[in-house]
Amino acid sequence: MAERDIDNRFSRFGTVSFTGLTRVNDFIDYLQCGKVMGTRCRTCGARYFPPRADCCKSLDSDMEWIDLPGSGTLLTYSTLSYAPAGFGEDLPYTIAVVDFGSLKVFGRMDRSLPAERITIGMRLKVVALKLPGGNLSYEFRVSI
Amino acid sequence: MCNFNRGFRLGPGKPGFSAIDARNGNMDKVGIIGVGQSKFVRAFNGSIRELAFEAFREAMKDANTTTNDIDATIVCSAPEYDKQRSPSGVLAEYFGLNPQPTCYVESLCSSSTTGLRLAYSLVKSGLHDVVLVAGFQKMSEITSAESQERMGRGADIQWEAPFGTMMPAYYAMFARGHMAKYGTTSADLAQIRLKSSLYGALNEKAMIRKPLSPEDFEDPAKQLNNPISSPLRMRDCCANADGASCIIVASEERAKALGGKPVWIRGIGSATASVNLVGRDHFHGLTAAEEAARKAYKMAGIGPSDVDVAEVHDCFTIAELMAYENLGFAKPGEGVELIRAKETYKEGKIPVNVDGGLLSKGHPIGATGGSQVRTIVLQLRGEAGPMQVKDASIGLVHNIGGVGIYANVIILGRE
Repeated sequence: MAERDIDNRFSRFGTVSFTGLTRVNDFIDYLQCGKVMGTRCRTCGARYFPPRADCCKSLDSDMEWIDLPGSGTLLTYSTLSYAPAGFGEDLPYTIAVVDFGSLKVFGRMDRSLPAERITIGMRLKVVALKLPGGNLSYEFRVSI
Repeated sequence: MCNFNRGFRLGPGKPGFSAIDARNGNMDKVGIIGVGQSKFVRAFNGSIRELAFEAFREAMKDANTTTNDIDATIVCSAPEYDKQRSPSGVLAEYFGLNPQPTCYVESLCSSSTTGLRLAYSLVKSGLHDVVLVAGFQKMSEITSAESQERMGRGADIQWEAPFGTMMPAYYAMFARGHMAKYGTTSADLAQIRLKSSLYGALNEKAMIRKPLSPEDFEDPAKQLNNPISSPLRMRDCCANADGASCIIVASEERAKALGGKPVWIRGIGSATASVNLVGRDHFHGLTAAEEAARKAYKMAGIGPSDVDVAEVHDCFTIAELMAYENLGFAKPGEGVELIRAKETYKEGKIPVNVDGGLLSKGHPIGATGGSQVRTIVLQLRGEAGPMQVKDASIGLVHNIGGVGIYANVIILGRE
């Protein structure tokens, strides 16, 4: 197969992507349009984030894209002072898990948010992000 | 030299494939007849086969076995650090264990207790009488940042690693969760490191042997107190190491025939939890450890208060604290009371990691579980030297892979 036929859109996800091919590549196109999307099984209604191509409840693969709820609450976080190879230029950065009710999301906090303003339980929204260099990601920002 | 009589021992006891008894199932016990461990070091001056051989030789001498006694080997490591593909063949050859079968298993940092679980089932089923579990890791050939990146890839590479994750950051999120729910402090976590350093100094196989004092945690200029991933500091984290461990498992009949002091496997519980943290219900404990403990206690027919000595997976100080609660040594949120009252010291109610744990021994991924098992076996045999807990008859091993992705809890007994 010629290289141009390989759908490796997912290699643009995050600071360093470790995955090229995935059946949820459209996630990247939604990020490009400013949307952070999950998936829902059309057979049984199960909702997933991160998005999945296959439903482990119905065993079907008939999925549709869904929006995430508008705001959630911060469950836990950590600010890194030391980074794995490939991420040193991003330091310091904060990773977090946010609860959106039926779904949870893992990602990075808005780096402009001062550390002393981060508290468990604070309201956050998830926002799509274009990184310098052209990769795509998302981050959590304060939800008013 | 091949042993063509393998499996057809005609001595006293049952003839033929001795451990299989089709009429009433195999009710025999399974024992650990030999344990070995290399010194855990920053950088081992040799290859993986030479590193693994150090633990192998010690276990073979401990069990008083020859290569003809070993029916199969299970080799355990975390493959992302190995340049050698499929190291099981290389180790079996170097150990002189051809043509006996071998295979490779991994479950990240819990690989060698997963190996023990498989060895138990191979012996219990009667397929083999004596199985050797060799765990090793040589982490010194890559840099610390590279190793963090590879270790981070033990988590979800598609959806988490692109944000720049690493093991200290994942456990830090649990430390943050525990602090928020129960009011645990950074000073509480430092108490766990203080205990570790006391026993690390007594363990000649440990990598870090310098005793610490409470004053060491107060000076922010000390490297020990450098922030790594908030709220964890360097003092809260174990260090990479090179090391090997070896455990020899045998049927009751073979264990008794070989003499020595077998320690019996009373309970094995294993469980999993989601790789991606979005699948976890909470961030103040490891659900897989709770579930593995429940199964292990049930199989052994004992409860947490029956345990005389425990080895828990303290890859980070917070991991030991969560283990107190997940294993039922303390109620949820009351683990800090155990360390504050020194109840997990050697003389306390439930001594934990009195060999220094991962925090002082170092953490050569694939060797760690086997090292924990070795410590408990020596404790139950009364051979733990200056680390000996008085009259220990039941011991527990808690070995975790990744951020609670895999959990093995193993209960060993003198009887």
